[in-house]
Amino acid sequence: MKGKVEFRSDWCKGCELCIPVCPVDIIFIDESVTNSKGYHPATVSEMEKCIGCANCGRICPDSIITVWREKRVKKAEK
Amino acid sequence: MEMDVVYQKSAGLEDVEFHYCPGCTHGIIHKLIAEVLVELDLIGDTIGVAPVGCAVFAYDYFTCDMHEAAHGRAPAVATGIKRALPDKTVFTYQGDGDLAAIGTAEIVHAAMRGEKITTIFVNNTNYGMTGGQMAPTTLIGQKVTTAPLGRSKEHYGSPIKVSEMLATIEGAAYIERVSVHNMAGIIRAKKAIKKAFQLQQEGAGFTLIEVLSTCPTNWGLTPNDALNWLQDNMIPVFPLGVYRDITAEDK
Repeated sequence: MKGKVEFRSDWCKGCELCIPVCPVDIIFIDESVTNSKGYHPATVSEMEKCIGCANCGRICPDSIITVWREKRVKKAEK
Repeated sequence: MEMDVVYQKSAGLEDVEFHYCPGCTHGIIHKLIAEVLVELDLIGDTIGVAPVGCAVFAYDYFTCDMHEAAHGRAPAVATGIKRALPDKTVFTYQGDGDLAAIGTAEIVHAAMRGEKITTIFVNNTNYGMTGGQMAPTTLIGQKVTTAPLGRSKEHYGSPIKVSEMLATIEGAAYIERVSVHNMAGIIRAKKAIKKAFQLQQEGAGFTLIEVLSTCPTNWGLTPNDALNWLQDNMIPVFPLGVYRDITAEDK
């Protein structure tokens, strides 16, 4: 796993802006869930594919996405 | 495996929900401003002026001090704040109905006086908050509630180009038009906003960044279709680029 994302689902408005900017195509709208705002929130299907590019975070108008990326290990520490 | 947070909500934004419609790019523009103010370590020393329009509640969203202005008068209020507190960073956040219609005189004269403020001008080609009426920036042929057959040039003239107009004014130090319709545009927009605030710090003069923005609700499009509509219809009429940069003339 190179990256990880977390969505604050109760604040998601289901606008879908994060979906086309994901280079590994793992974000989808979860129609089985309705949040307290009445929207189907965005979620991630196969987190192990996430590369931590943060495109979804940068485009999310409601700033509900936090992105992590694997710590870079310096050559000397390997 | 240890992981670092590489992206999260900016410390320049309050931990509250935005009231904006789903997919409205106001939220993207808000966080670019917040991120820039945090990166420049100015967030504790900044006073923003909110407009009338969709962004009227902007004062609830930024962690810096904020002030509200009467419709279109944000540059006048910002002028007063900056002149009384010249060490503070002062910005206005205004839409096209606010800045390019009722507030045209204020913005032109703030630029003419070379007020050392930064204006973030959000252009979405209509009056969003009141239900999508025609604005001075509405495109020819664009259907809006007050021109249901589309804006006609014969009746209403052509859309006003704020960046081009203000670029003719000597007091303006930096004028750029950017867009947030894709990742490259968002990165470019952030750079432009950063440059404007840096020039304000240097006392260079009036700075304005026009940001092309979407209005999915009033345009009647999904948020992603609205981004494409912006690219296909707005950018040809409102070309992106730097319209005035006094630092380039010095070189």
